[in-house]
Order: sequence, then C-alpha cells, then structure tokens
Amino acid sequence: MTGVLNCDPNIEQPDDFYESLIRLHDGLTDEQSRDVNARLILILANHVGDRRVLDEAFRLAREGVE
Amino acid sequence: MLKTYKYPEFHYSRSEDQDAAPPAHHPVLIVGGGMVGLTMALELRLKGVPAIVLEQGETVSDGSRSICQAKRTLEIWDRQGAAAPMIEKGITWNIGRVRHQGNELYSFDLLPEQGHKIPAFVNLQQYWVEEYLIQRLSALGGEIRWRNKVMGVEPHGDGVTIEVDTPDGPYRLSCDYLIAADGARSQMRREMDLAFTGQVFNDKFLITDIEMKADFPSERWFWFDPEFNPGQSALLHRQADNVWRLDFQIGADADNEEEMKHENVIPRVKAMLGEETPFELEWISVYTFQCRRLEKFRHGSVFFIGDAAHQVSPFGARGGNGGVQDADNLGWKLDLVMRGLAPESLLGTYDEERIFAADENILNSTRSTDFLTPKTPVSRAFRDAVLSLAQDCPFARSLVNSGRLSVPATLSHSSLNTPDEEAFEGQMTPGAPAADAPLRHDGREGWLLDHLGGGFKGVFFGPRGAIPHHLDVGGVRIDILCVGDGGIEDVQGWIARRYDGRPGSFYLLRPDQHVAGRWRRFDEEKVKSALSRAVGKAS
Ligand SMILES: Cc1cc2nc3c(=O)[nH]c(=O)nc-3n(C[C@H](O)[C@H](O)[C@H](O)COP(=O)(O)OP(=O)(O)OC[C@H]3O[C@@H](n4cnc5c(N)ncnc54)[C@H](O)[C@@H]3O)c2cc1C
Repeated sequence: MTGVLNCDPNIEQPDDFYESLIRLHDGLTDEQSRDVNARLILILANHVGDRRVLDEAFRLAREGVE
Repeated sequence: MLKTYKYPEFHYSRSEDQDAAPPAHHPVLIVGGGMVGLTMALELRLKGVPAIVLEQGETVSDGSRSICQAKRTLEIWDRQGAAAPMIEKGITWNIGRVRHQGNELYSFDLLPEQGHKIPAFVNLQQYWVEEYLIQRLSALGGEIRWRNKVMGVEPHGDGVTIEVDTPDGPYRLSCDYLIAADGARSQMRREMDLAFTGQVFNDKFLITDIEMKADFPSERWFWFDPEFNPGQSALLHRQADNVWRLDFQIGADADNEEEMKHENVIPRVKAMLGEETPFELEWISVYTFQCRRLEKFRHGSVFFIGDAAHQVSPFGARGGNGGVQDADNLGWKLDLVMRGLAPESLLGTYDEERIFAADENILNSTRSTDFLTPKTPVSRAFRDAVLSLAQDCPFARSLVNSGRLSVPATLSHSSLNTPDEEAFEGQMTPGAPAADAPLRHDGREGWLLDHLGGGFKGVFFGPRGAIPHHLDVGGVRIDILCVGDGGIEDVQGWIARRYDGRPGSFYLLRPDQHVAGRWRRFDEEKVKSALSRAVGKAS
C-alpha cells in the first residue's frame, strides 16, 4: 500500500479507542447501529476532507470484504 | 379541462405538398412541435433557414409538465423575441427552502448577484410556454403543420424521406435534414431502431396542480419526510395564474388509478396545506422517471434534440431546459453548413457538445433521484444520516440533494474552442455561455446579451476605433463591440468583472453566445484562426 492513507498506528491508547467504538453501539438495535455508523462515516469523512485519502480508504475497506 | 387555461385549437389544413408529385422536398423538417421543436423552428426562422414543423397534435402541451424555465433558456428565447410575455406572465423566483421533518435545513438564493436582465428562474406552465413560442413563430411567418404525424423515416445518401399521416391520409416528404424533436417516446427513435439506455427509477410521484389563492411566497419548498407524507418527499412550487405545483413521492408500489382519484388526492393536499386553505384541483398525473440517452444524437442527416435524444428526472429542471439548449447549439451550425460557410464536419460537433451537456444533466438528475429514492438499505441509511446531521452540521447540508437546478453546460473540452494562452480570472473560459451585464450604449441603458445577438461577435475592452469594426473570415462576419470610449459603457463595471476585461482584452463569441476564444491583446490573425476553428475548420 503506497499512497496518502496513513495505515500505521496513529491513535494513542488503541485499546481504549477500540472499547469506545464498541461502547458507542451499546444498547442499540442493529438498525440503530447502522444509522450511527452511517453518521460516523460522514462526520469523519468530512473531517478528513482529502478525496485521495478517502478514495484509498474506500478501496481498502472494500478489498477486505470481497 | 383546466380551469385556469383554455387550450388553443390549431387546425389542420391540407398543404399543397399533399397534391404535388411525391415526395415534395424541403431543406429542413422538424418532427414535433413541443417546447424544443418550436425553439428549433424559431432559431432557424430567425437565421433564414427554411424549416417546417410537423406536429401530430392540434394544441399545446397536455398538462403543465415543465414549469421551471431557467435563465439560460429564457435568454435564448429572449434573443428569439419570445421571452417577454413569458417573464411577464410567469412567476419569478430565486429562493429555495429545504425542510426535513419539521425543520428548515437550509435555503438558497440562485441569483445572489445583481446585473442580469433575466432572473434565475421563471415558473410558467409548459402549455403557456408553447403557446407563446407558437405566437412568435407565427408572427415570423413560420409554418407548423398540425395533425401531421410522422410515421416512417427513411434516411438515404443525401437526405431523408418520411411518411406523414394526416386526416386526409398519408403523404410523403423529403428533406436534406430531419430534426427529430418528437419527445421522450420518440417514434423517430424507434423507426430508426436506436437504443435509448440508462437508469429507470421505480418510485412513483403523484404530481398535481391546484388553483389556490394563498399568500405563500414564490419560493421552491422541498420536504424530506414531512409529517404529511411520512418517509417520502414533497414539493410545492408556484406557477402562473395562482396555480401551484404539488409533488408527492408515493413509493414504488402505489396504485396509479387509486392515487389519482380526487377523493385520495384531496386529503393529501389538505394535509400539506392545512384544512382551511381553499383550493381546486387542476391537473393530476403519476410519473416514474428515467435518466437515459441515445448513444449518438446525430445519425447522418437526422438530428435528435430534446427528450427524443435524452431524458432526465425533473429534479433539477434539466429536461426542457437542456433541450432548448440543444436547439440553440444546432441552429447556427446548420445555418452555416447550409450556406456553405462551414464544413459538414461542424454538424458532428453538435453530437460532441450536446452529449457532453446531456451527460452533465443526466449525472446531476441521477444523483438527485438517487438521493430522493435510495435503492438499497445502506444508501437509505446514508441518506437519512445526511438529513439527520444537516440540521446541526453545515457540511451535511451540502450533501442534501433535492435537485441541482439547471445551469447551462460550459463546453470546456469542445474541439471548437481555442485554448487560453494567457491567464484570466472568472468563469468566462472558452466554452462557457456568455454572462450578461448591464451597459449603456448611445445614451441608452441595455444588456450585453442583447448586444451579442445571434452571430459571431468580438468583444474588445478598449476604445472604439482602436481595432476594426468587423472582420470577415471566409464569408463569416464577426462584428466587434468595444467596451470603452465611443463604444459600450460598462456602467456598473460588471462586464469587466465578469469577463476579467483588463484593457486590451478580446473575446470571440459564437452565435449561441458561448466563448470561442480570448486573448489579452487583439491579434487579427489569432482571432481569424479561432473563428476558423469555431466553424469546424480545425487549424
Ligand atoms: C412532471 C414533469 C415536470 C417537469 N418539469 C420540468 C421543469 O421544471 N423544467 C424542465 O426544463 N423540464 C421539465 N420537465 C421535462 C420537460 O417537460 C421535457 O423535457 C420537455 O417537454 C421536452 O420537450 P420536447 O419538445 O423535447 O418534447 P415534448 O414536449 O414531449 O414534445 C414532443 C412533441 O412531438 C410531438 N410528436 C410526437 N411524436 C410525433 C410524431 N410521430 N409526429 C409528429 N409529432 C410528434 C408531440 O405531440 C409533442 O408535441 C418535466 C417533465 C415532467 C413530466
């Protein structure tokens, strides 16, 4: 992976972050979780802003699934 | 049928071609007298190209259909002498509001700048538009043959032969060029067996016009998920004669017959406008929408324009408006080629330029329709997420898409353009449609677009007399306007601002008022070579 997307560790206290991410969905139905995820993606994508970063992230995210 | 509008009746009359040795020949025939075919006929008439319109009906548009007439379209009709009564009759508006559930998400102003003769949009029912176009065409002596339904089309080496059905039976005609303006269900397209491909959207929309004397403002109101139409969208927009367009998304499974019954429409309208608001139903229809086009708009001597060539959903008002610009693009090219002033290859650039524009319209309309009618659960989740964030987050408002309203295409990649050699600020790049601006000339107030008119024009930023008044390039005349001493007075500075018109700058504009080239200094040879390029003699 060469490019502009940072795939190296970049979040301090990764375990804390991960726990928060999972906690974010506590008590939500699957549908509500999907809605939270959608909002979260939009919020983060706008914060990143750089289309090259986003496009690489899109590719990487999908590659892992197909 | 309508309470606020009386359909004019135009009568069939037998033409002498029906008694002549078949087939009688005409240089140009236009199939279909809808808003696009009529615009085409006017353009050719004004250019002195003989053309006849063959129309299967005997009146104007059935229903109000296209109500939002965009600035560029009105500028074209204004150049053709047809826009004044439309602007007078129609509803001028610039403001749109987008709501979600009970809240306003944002509003927009389509014409934030002063200094334009024509407003951003005028809402006027398509039947009125067509009636005014017909009036103008008749005043100019143009011919429309009513109840002439074109049945067969047979292109051959140097022209086209067609079969026309009339109340007196069929007859045949031939022409050098056939312009198919016969609408979304184009019979010409089917006769020539041409594929019309793209996306079909399943959601249905109940579209109704009501007559109502309410003092709602003349704004475009759009709702996502309103209380009165839960989970769906709705639109309210004013037209002439106290007629209002209401548009309810009703889902893919709705039953058209049921939905169109008055007893079902009335409660919907009341839920939207309030129980007490008095109104009368004027027109009801259910639509599904498509975004698609022909692969090529030109097939030898046959040209497809308007909905016959491309079709879009109405969010964005890009159907009729896009079609009118097709006619504007084709008119001057046919004129020059038929007068022997441009090579046949100029006609090929109709395809190049208008397919580019159609793709822009299709892209915008498709994106709007996808936003309104998400196709999958995940696209709905994102759409709803955008709407739920839009109230608080400005970034999400920019993603809300209830229609990106029609603006003319900037033909930036056209082979007819001469690329810039020097830097310019602003939007008037080669391929852009000329922006209007107020001016004074010979002591009279006026507008730049009126001075540009419908031929090749030069615009020089400098005193009159400094450069020639006109140029002639192989029989094509360029009249030169001077913005400066002795010429046009740029009263409010808008011309210089919009064109980055520093002293000495020179613009070459095409007959459809798109920029062909521009320079920081007038150089006759460069202008002449740009003109040659703009008429298809690539240099
Ligand atoms: C609900 C709705 C809302 C819309 N809103 C807008 C809007 O706000 N703004 C906008 O720009 N567009 C809008 N549109 C789209 C717009 O109505 C069309 O793009 C426009 O009518 C296209 O014009 P046209 O002349 O190409 O085709 P049409 O208007 O369909 O005209 C075709 C003509 O050809 C004639 N004809 C057909 N076959 C033959 C034949 N074989 N022989 C002779 N004559 C024939 C027909 O009788 C008709 O008169 C809307 C459409 C709908 C349905």
